[in-house]
Amino acid sequence: MEPAVMEQVQKEIDRLAGKEVFIHLETTNGAYASHFDETFFSSGAYIRNAQLVYEHGKVTGKGPYRVGLKMNFGWVYAEGITHFEVDEENRLLLAGHDFSGKLAVALQISETPFE
Amino acid sequence: MEKERHVLVIFPHPDDEAFGVSGTISLHIDNGTPVTYACLTLGEMGRNMGNPPFATRETLPKIRKEELEEAARVLGIQDLRMLGYRDKTVEFEDEEMLANRLGAIIGETNPSLVITFYPGYAVHPDHDATGAAVIRAVKELPADKRPKVHCVAFSNNCEEEIGQADVVNDVSAVIDRKIAAIKAHASQTQLMAANMEESIKNQDPEVLARMYKERFWTYKI
Repeated sequence: MEPAVMEQVQKEIDRLAGKEVFIHLETTNGAYASHFDETFFSSGAYIRNAQLVYEHGKVTGKGPYRVGLKMNFGWVYAEGITHFEVDEENRLLLAGHDFSGKLAVALQISETPFE
Repeated sequence: MEKERHVLVIFPHPDDEAFGVSGTISLHIDNGTPVTYACLTLGEMGRNMGNPPFATRETLPKIRKEELEEAARVLGIQDLRMLGYRDKTVEFEDEEMLANRLGAIIGETNPSLVITFYPGYAVHPDHDATGAAVIRAVKELPADKRPKVHCVAFSNNCEEEIGQADVVNDVSAVIDRKIAAIKAHASQTQLMAANMEESIKNQDPEVLARMYKERFWTYKI
């Protein structure tokens, strides 16, 4: 992955707008967060292969970035995006890595289902 | 350490075997005991991606699969099985079906010892769910056919509730292989492995105790 470049990310979001796409959206603090620090409230969520169409999307912020995708009936949102990649299957992979490099958030958009 | 007929290790993530059990696996293999390792997932949801990141959510399972195969090679495990479940979802699988799947592997390999996580005391929900499914599968066997079950526990409260480990294996004779197995899981252990070697060199007593002694709780079925 490369550090996210706003213009390039925006271009990819635009490319996939208006199409039937599959979304992987995830936030995570890891399964061990409360084990190492019992005062830490562990939380996270993920959805894999949600199928939807977004009308338009936008990347904002000064880095780490925020991404919002507006749908006819709702929204997709991710915060803390630091890295991006368009992989060999032409999927847009966005990820936020924390200060130690660990994944904290992921938003991925694909025209075919994720494995 | 008792000589076993066959050892079956059942864990949910590539690298679960490396930290707490790889020394014991090596000792069994040196004893001439065949070891089967059934690994439920490919750790698809791991957070370590390298720093700067060299893996993505989508490439991580492929990388971890290769790391798992390398760890098995380093340890001399001949029979490695990847069961195709998904990281973080084991606890949501149908419990009976999961127990049956593991039960079939127990039936086929006919181990005298099964090593897994102690359900309720293994921190990660996948660990607890895997351990619970193993216990359920073993319980379904007739009493005289049941293998011993040695469990790994490491939750903060485990010793208060289940006491001290009753099996402690000194793995200092095979420590190099243990370190090699940990290092094989490079995407997950890169930073940790460097610190660990440094600590061993400096004879840090806490790290030495953790690395050289592998602790298990015999599960009373």
